[in-house]
Amino acid sequence: MTPTRPRIAAMLLPALLVVIGLFGLGMFEVLQQSVGLGVPVPRESTGPTLSYYAAVLGDREIHASLGLTLWVACISTALSVVCGVGLALGLRHGRRAKRGVHTLLQAPLALPHLVVALATITVFAQSGLLARAAFALGLIDAPAGFPVLVNDSAGIGIILSYAFKEMPFIALVATTLLARRGDGHDEVARTLGASPWQRFRHVTWPFLAPGVGAAGLMIFAYVFSAFETPFLLGQPYPAMLPVVAQQRFMSVDLADRPAAMACALILTAIAAVVVRLYLAAAGPAAGRERPVLF
Amino acid sequence: MPAIRAAAPRVLALVAVATCALIPVGTVLVGSVASRWYWPAVIPAEWTLRAWNYVVSGSGGIGGALLTSSGLALVVAALAVALAVPAARVLALHTFRGKRVVLFALLLPMLAPPLAAAMGLHAVFLKAGLADSFTGVVLVHLIPAVPYATLVLTGTFSGFDPDWEAQARTLGASPWSVWTRITLPAIAPGVALAGILAFVVSWSQYVLTLLVGGGRVLTLPLVLVAFQRGGDEAVAAALSIVFVAPVLLLFALTAPLFEDA
Repeated sequence: MTPTRPRIAAMLLPALLVVIGLFGLGMFEVLQQSVGLGVPVPRESTGPTLSYYAAVLGDREIHASLGLTLWVACISTALSVVCGVGLALGLRHGRRAKRGVHTLLQAPLALPHLVVALATITVFAQSGLLARAAFALGLIDAPAGFPVLVNDSAGIGIILSYAFKEMPFIALVATTLLARRGDGHDEVARTLGASPWQRFRHVTWPFLAPGVGAAGLMIFAYVFSAFETPFLLGQPYPAMLPVVAQQRFMSVDLADRPAAMACALILTAIAAVVVRLYLAAAGPAAGRERPVLF
Repeated sequence: MPAIRAAAPRVLALVAVATCALIPVGTVLVGSVASRWYWPAVIPAEWTLRAWNYVVSGSGGIGGALLTSSGLALVVAALAVALAVPAARVLALHTFRGKRVVLFALLLPMLAPPLAAAMGLHAVFLKAGLADSFTGVVLVHLIPAVPYATLVLTGTFSGFDPDWEAQARTLGASPWSVWTRITLPAIAPGVALAGILAFVVSWSQYVLTLLVGGGRVLTLPLVLVAFQRGGDEAVAAALSIVFVAPVLLLFALTAPLFEDA
């Protein structure tokens, strides 16, 4: 019994009221304010203007911020993919420990980013646990001797924090894929005399790439637009794009508002493109996989 | 020897996973009972329950924040599941034109935190009298929570056979008893998991609450960051544990549901 189109629409409506209605309402207001309509500041003309976009796109702080955001998103994603796949391959044959490992892998997934960021400070700050360990071993003689890894200019603290959170996610995706396929192909390649690297390069990786690639796009979209981690572990200048948008939105000077909105809209547009790419990469699996907390 | 060499990467990976999972929790636990833990002490010089006494007494807005956070997450979870059930059923059991658009609309706020939409909604809510209110924050939390609930339940419904309902109807069951005796029991694990995920999504929000609640709706993460920024790291550490404990507990309890759903 196939329901009629109106019935399908009616069943989708409650959820769509939230994800299209509320989300769309917010984005429409952002769009309006970013072109100077309905902003809480007096303006000379009353029509829409692209001057705020021109200002944002010509702003050196925004350039630096966009560069940092792309850098952090790319490196975090790459690090999570490399370490996550490595972890999955390392754990591939541990049958007995499988359940325990799965539970351990889920732990970082469940930890809120906020808490992971705070723990990153405790471990990696210049007076943090690692620095103290280095002092105890006689490697440094003052906190200043330890490299700046938190609130640093290259976003290393942010990257470490994200890699810790997302590496298990990639490992879970890769483990599931590997388990579904079994060891047959690998065995055949081994019998034919392929080296471990050849087996990985020509047998395992081509098989993992689509699923792991889609998962990597999910991580990229998240890192590109999330606020908490760069807020706690970043520098005030240049900050990552979501932090800049929020800083300008919260600014006491209401004249900053349209620029904040333009910035937020650019951010969302880039994230939307990445999510669209994910949808294409994941194909029919999109939305079928178990959603994971980031 | 070959056996040892084969086991080495596995052991290494296991140790790496264990350390990585335990370090954040461990440092936070120690930090919450440490007193005057200054450079270069690796282990705190003194131990104290001051931070825990402070947290348990509920002062500094902690008691209120705990209530707000739990109330908020419960309301968001209940609403998200109720809104998600019909949509998930359609997404799992039928193909229709525009399905990819619906999927995209669900995935966007789930994968990319809806920071921009929250900024716009604050302005809209100002006009509607919902800004800086509990209701406003519930609405903005629903934006990421509904997609999570919908996608979990879509998975559940894809293993559901509507013929069971048809058989019950043929036997004369009313729509209500079909729902309570056939549909609901069949999707119960998915409903529980969707509710828990929506709860955790709301519980962990920081920036959406800050933007739409305008600092008036104080939840646990907001108070936690305030203590961290205010320099009381022991209280921040104790609060982190209070913040993380229910999340880890819920995940531990529902690990079997994850396998099923």
